[in-house]
Amino acid sequence: MNDLTPNQKAWRRFRRHRLAMASAWFLAAIVLLVLLWPWISAYRPEAISEAQFQPPDGKHWFGTDIHGRDLLARAFFGARVSLLVGVVGAGVSLVIGVVWGAVAGYLGGRWDSWMMRVVDILYSLPSIIFVIVLITTLEGVLKRWLLQVFSPEWSAVSRLLFLFVGLGAVSWLTMARIVRGQVLSLRTRSFVEASRALGASHAHILWRHILPNIAGVIIVYVTLTVPAVILSESFLSYLGLGIQPPQASLGSLIAEGAGQINSIRIYWWMIVFPAGLLVSTLLALNFLGDGLRDALDPRSDQRS
Amino acid sequence: MYFLKRILFLIPLLLVISFLAFGLVRVAPGGPFDRERKPASPEIERNLRAKYHLNDPVWKQYLRFLGVGFERDAQGRMQGFTGGLIRGDFGPSLKYRNHGVTDIIAQALPVSMALGLLAFGFALGVGIPLGFFTAVKQGCWQDYAGSFLAILAVCVPGFVVGPALVMWFGLHWRWFPVALWDSPAHIILPTVTLGLYFAGKIARLMREGMLTTLNEGFIVTARAKGLSETALLWRHAFRLAVLPVVSYAGPMLADLLTGSFIVENIFQIPGLGVFMVNSSLNRDYPMVVGLVLLYAILLLGLNLVVDLLYSLLDRRVRYE
Repeated sequence: MNDLTPNQKAWRRFRRHRLAMASAWFLAAIVLLVLLWPWISAYRPEAISEAQFQPPDGKHWFGTDIHGRDLLARAFFGARVSLLVGVVGAGVSLVIGVVWGAVAGYLGGRWDSWMMRVVDILYSLPSIIFVIVLITTLEGVLKRWLLQVFSPEWSAVSRLLFLFVGLGAVSWLTMARIVRGQVLSLRTRSFVEASRALGASHAHILWRHILPNIAGVIIVYVTLTVPAVILSESFLSYLGLGIQPPQASLGSLIAEGAGQINSIRIYWWMIVFPAGLLVSTLLALNFLGDGLRDALDPRSDQRS
Repeated sequence: MYFLKRILFLIPLLLVISFLAFGLVRVAPGGPFDRERKPASPEIERNLRAKYHLNDPVWKQYLRFLGVGFERDAQGRMQGFTGGLIRGDFGPSLKYRNHGVTDIIAQALPVSMALGLLAFGFALGVGIPLGFFTAVKQGCWQDYAGSFLAILAVCVPGFVVGPALVMWFGLHWRWFPVALWDSPAHIILPTVTLGLYFAGKIARLMREGMLTTLNEGFIVTARAKGLSETALLWRHAFRLAVLPVVSYAGPMLADLLTGSFIVENIFQIPGLGVFMVNSSLNRDYPMVVGLVLLYAILLLGLNLVVDLLYSLLDRRVRYE
C-alpha cells in the first residue's frame, strides 16, 4: 500500500466511495443520453403536434406540453443546455477565481488586502441584482461585438455566451477566497523558498509548485460550483432572462410547467419530469463533489 | 474597541458599495423610461430626464443622492441639496413615480422580514436537530436517511418546491390556501418553500461541525473521564459544533430578510424580493441603489453580530 503515490491512493479511495462512483456513472449516462437523444428519439424537441397536454403514456413517456411537443425530447434538450452552461460557467469562475486568489495570496501584504477587499465588496452586493445588471450589460456589449465580427446568426448563440460569462463572473468569489487561503500558507513553505532561491520566476513557482499542491481543493470546489451555476441559470431562465424560447433549459421548462398550474386541471408531468431531471443531476454532482473531497483529503488516510 | 473600529470602517465600505451600485446600473444599456406608453414623445422623456436630473454628470447625481453639496438654483444662488442619504432619504422611485424609495421599502420590508424570520426559524428548527442527530448516529441508517434528506433539500430549487406544494397541498388536497398573505394558514407554504434550502444547508453544516468536534482531544478526554453522554454532547460538543452554523446564519438571515423573488412571485406576497428583480430590470436607478444599500447594511451588520457571538461561544477566539 505504501508504494502508491498520493494520487493513486486518492483514486483508490474514490473508487471505494460507492455513492460517488454511482453518481459518476449516472452523470456519464445522462451526458450520453442527452447528446445522443436527437438520433434515438422519434420526436424533435421543437416539433409541434395536435396532441396538447397529453399525460405520460407509451407514445410520449414524459407527456406533452401546451404546443403538443414531446416533453422527453424537450427535457433532454433542456438538460443539454443546462449542463453546458453549468460546466462552462464553472470553468469561467475557475479561471477568474484561481487567478485572483492565487495572485492575491502569492503577493500577500497590501496587494492581498486590497484584492480581498474587492471580493468582500462584491460579496455584499445582492447576487440577483448583480447577475441581472451584469447579464444585461454583457448582452448589449457582446451582441454588438458578435454582430460586427460574425454573421447575424450568431446573435442566437450570444445569449448562451453571456450566460457563460455572466454566471462565471458572479460565482468566482468563494473560489478566490479558498485559493488565496491555501496559497497564503503554501508560499512560505521551504520548497517554494528553495525554488525562489534557484531563481525561478514567479509565474513558474505559481504554476509548477503552488497550483499542483492545491489542485485537489480546486477540483472539489469546481465540482460543487457546477450545480450552483446550473441552479443560477435555471433561476434566470425561470425569470425569462436566461434561455429564450423556442430553445429550452431545465429552468425554463419548469417555469412553463409552473405557468400551467390552475385549480381545474393539474398538468403534474410538466413540472415533475423536468424538475426530476434537474434535481437528480444536481444530487449526483453534489455526491460526486463530496466523494472527491473525501478521496482527496489527505487526512482520510488515517481513517481508512 | 475592536468592534467600534469595525463599525466605523463600515461607513467607507458602504459608500464604496453605494457608488458601485450607482455606477453599475447606469452602465447597463437601456434607461428607466424605456417602457413608457408608446409612442412616447422624445419631449416627455427629455422632461422626465430633466426632472430627475439624469442629464447631470454621474458624480453630481451621486452627490445629490448622498445629499452632500451645492448647486445654483434658478436665481443663480448657491443652494444646498435637500434630502439625500444623509437625511435618511433614498430619493424618488423612477418607476412608481409618486413614491419615494424609502416609502416603498418601509411598506414591503416588514412583510419580507416577517416571512424571512419565519423561514429562518424553520431552517434552524429543522436543520440543527437533523444535523445533530445524523452526526450522533453516524454510519447508521438514520444517518444515511437524514443526510440524504438534507442534501435533497439543498438540491431542490424553490421554484420546484413552491409549485409542487401549491399543486398538492393547495390544489389537490386543498389543505392550505395557495396564495396571498393574511391568515396563519397562508404562512405555512411560503415559509417551507423559502426555508427548505437553508434547513438542508444548516443540517449539513451542523453534522460536519459535530463530527469534527467529536474527534477532538477534549471530547475523548471527557469521555474517558466518565462524563455522561448527554452532558458530553450537549454541554461540550454542541457549543463548538454550532459555530459553522452561526457563521452561515449571518449571510443567510440577510438573504432571507430582504425577500425572495421566487417565493413572493409564486405566492403573491407583497414583499421586497419582487422589487429586487423588477427595479434592476426597469433600470429604476434610485430603487436599485436603495435596495443594494439595504442588503449591504443588513449583511455587514449581521456579520458583525456573528463575530460577536463567536467570541461568546468560543472563548478561544479573541479579537483585537
